[in-house]
Amino acid sequence: MIGITSYGAYVPLWRLSRDAIAKGAKGEKAICHYDEDAITMAVAAAADCLHGVEREKVDGLIFASTNSPYKEKQAASIVAAGADLRRDIVTADFAGSLKAGTTGLRFACDAVKAGSAKQMMVTAADRRQGAPLSAYDQDLGDGAAALMVGDSNVIASLEGSYSISDEILDVWRSSDDTFLRTTHERFAQTEGYVKVISEAIAGLMKKNKLEAKDFAKIAIYTPTARRVADVAKKLGFDAKTQVQDVFFSVMGNTGVPYAMMLFVAALEEAKPGDLILLAGYGDGADAFAFRVTEEIEKVRGNAARRGMKKHLDSKMVINDYKTYWLWRGLLNPITEEGFLPHHYWKTSPVMLWRERDRILRFRGGKCKACGAVNFPPQRACGNCGTEGQFDSVRLSDKKGTIWTFSMDYLSSQVEVPIVCPLVHLEGGGRFQVYMTDCVAEEVKVGMEIEMSFRKIMVRDGINNYYWKATPIRA
Amino acid sequence: MESIKDKVAVVGMGCTNFGEKWGENADDMAVEATKEALEDAGLELKDINAAVQTTLFTGETGSQLARWLKLNYVPVSRVENFCSGGLDAFRTACYYVASGTYDIVLANGTEKLMDHAGGFGKVIPSSFDLPGVDHDLPPATTFAFFAVRYMEKHNISYDRMRRILARLEVKNHHNGTLAPKSHLKREITIDDVLNAPMVTYPFGLYDCCGMSDGSASCIVTTPEIAESLRDDYVLVKGLAIANGAGQAYFKASDNTLIGGGDKLEANFPETVNAARSAYAQAGVKDPRKEVSHFEVHDCFSSTELLTYEDLLISPFGKAPEDLEAGRFDLDGEQPCNTDGGLKSFGHPVSASGIRMLYELYKQLQGKAEKRQIKNPKLGLAHNLGGVCGYYNVAVCLIGGRD
Repeated sequence: MIGITSYGAYVPLWRLSRDAIAKGAKGEKAICHYDEDAITMAVAAAADCLHGVEREKVDGLIFASTNSPYKEKQAASIVAAGADLRRDIVTADFAGSLKAGTTGLRFACDAVKAGSAKQMMVTAADRRQGAPLSAYDQDLGDGAAALMVGDSNVIASLEGSYSISDEILDVWRSSDDTFLRTTHERFAQTEGYVKVISEAIAGLMKKNKLEAKDFAKIAIYTPTARRVADVAKKLGFDAKTQVQDVFFSVMGNTGVPYAMMLFVAALEEAKPGDLILLAGYGDGADAFAFRVTEEIEKVRGNAARRGMKKHLDSKMVINDYKTYWLWRGLLNPITEEGFLPHHYWKTSPVMLWRERDRILRFRGGKCKACGAVNFPPQRACGNCGTEGQFDSVRLSDKKGTIWTFSMDYLSSQVEVPIVCPLVHLEGGGRFQVYMTDCVAEEVKVGMEIEMSFRKIMVRDGINNYYWKATPIRA
Repeated sequence: MESIKDKVAVVGMGCTNFGEKWGENADDMAVEATKEALEDAGLELKDINAAVQTTLFTGETGSQLARWLKLNYVPVSRVENFCSGGLDAFRTACYYVASGTYDIVLANGTEKLMDHAGGFGKVIPSSFDLPGVDHDLPPATTFAFFAVRYMEKHNISYDRMRRILARLEVKNHHNGTLAPKSHLKREITIDDVLNAPMVTYPFGLYDCCGMSDGSASCIVTTPEIAESLRDDYVLVKGLAIANGAGQAYFKASDNTLIGGGDKLEANFPETVNAARSAYAQAGVKDPRKEVSHFEVHDCFSSTELLTYEDLLISPFGKAPEDLEAGRFDLDGEQPCNTDGGLKSFGHPVSASGIRMLYELYKQLQGKAEKRQIKNPKLGLAHNLGGVCGYYNVAVCLIGGRD
């Protein structure tokens, strides 16, 4: 049996009230903090998916996005490092199309079916940008999803899949464009979305001899809150009972990961035996039928997983367009890098490479002689002095407490103040770090924290990632 | 191991005005400070056998000092120890003399911070093992760690801590008004400090030292040669440096503010270690009684407060009491930062350590004019550089002739 073996999602803590974009507009959309992008969100979703999974047994990682921060250089390799996966795995970026996530999922299923991988993780994340004050600016949200595909302990077995390739200019962005472009909305949605995703779903049902009534839930991409109902109606699904809530009023259209995030939400509510439809759209469409198994209870029982529900429930809302624009890097008064202007040293790719296990994997050294965790890793143990006898240990999944802290009011135009704690980690490891996603006034000595993979700054075309502390997210 | 006590004499000192010296370059300042030191000692440039120079930001060799002063192929070493380069240059010069290798040695510290917008941070050279992409905290943040931890340890509220630190800065600002060469000459009130804009929690504007350009020079020699030059030379009593290796981060049983542990033994452990060593060399048994006046590295207000304790002058947790009782005021029992300290006199990084000696020396000679203290006997300079867990702290003791 082949199918989904684990799932995870990530919705940023921050929401922008749509009222900030257009007075009176309803609801909120999920937005990245200034230090988040598609890569950081994919790492967070991957971590969510990895709860209860042995990382050493993951054989590949796909990163799907229309918003890789690099035009040339793989993003999946960064996500795989952030997720602390093995080195002898296959990684690939699926890009360009809104269906990159579901297409990546199809290829992952094929790899597992072919036996070239036992377990493949598909991550999808997007941080798309509509032009200021446009309809897109209101509709689009940020988020990520991760699905593990494997051939044992399957929680949702793959019953069939069907794809369409379709050439149409409905949404596009050239390599020089900052903002999305679109054409006549009625044309894009009737000849594009509704027609093509329906064609893929109908093809799937015909091929696998399924009818609309066989599905407990349909988790399908939709460009707007309403449009999914047109597809449901056209194919004979009951919009009230069968269509997964698309979270448009609380999150928005998250692009590439959208359908996968809705699928995760459907899995959170599903019963064993339920048939769930997953369909992604963009320059064609991919449709899948998954049958939920008894195994779902084990995965769902892992309290550490936040999935869609907990991520959506945990939020901080801003109603301030200027702050949102500043966080997007589109309104930076001093420098386009400008996250933290006091970063005075030039980035050395050589040093980044040499320190990659610490920087990206957040690994420390555990002394074999005395057991002390040294972070950053040392040549000789700082506790007992033994030289060169360390086991590399993952610290990114450890919690800790704030031992002391300060708050810098001058160094950044983007975040004031920057909270800088000195953290004592559970199981060992004391270090200084930045804190993010917090309310400065609530930070205090003794506060519990967890680690989060973030973008520190961009310089010389290099996206510099590292770990920050955050309050434990509810 | 022999003690350095009474083996080296200070015979000449010079110091420029500290401040925003837009019209002067480093060479202008180093020449001015050295000229004053030579005149003070009654020596000429050709009498200098060797020199030690300290700057943080040039990345050059000691030859820059040779070029500025036009030294004639005499050896010039350059030391770099972040903010504590000044006292390390002095210490190195003293050892040159004590070893018997050179008779008359010059130590100079010069810094030109104000040529670059952003000053300090914009010209810091990179480190070998930090790619500079992980975290990169400006100095105020790391020093604030100690203040916040001190409040937690001794159960001091934020408002109470702000008042204690304000009391300290009112003192340093007052002393600065009496020092002709200081950068900031302005009396302030407790309310000024409390109402100032926040820089880094819990520090407001007045908790942070001035960023300045400046240069200071010192000439050391043997007591025998000193005898031939002047009556009021000053003798070195103890020279110590301690470097942190991150013990607070790595030692399971570390008993410091940052490391934790049950029994507090140090706020800044580097300072305690350097102080103990310097006191042992000088034969000081009770620093609270024997140190007559001292200059500490008050880069931020709480650093001075915590250093009273680390120098074993105030018991742990009792520095606020001593401060508020006036112990460290100009007319107190143990005046501290009589020239205004880094806060008011200014902080051209590598020049600061030698500037501290300049003040101790003038006090010992009775030449401190309006800020002259009573009965100066043994002066202590404390110079601290680096980052949390890895400070380089120098403690030097100098005293008058018996």
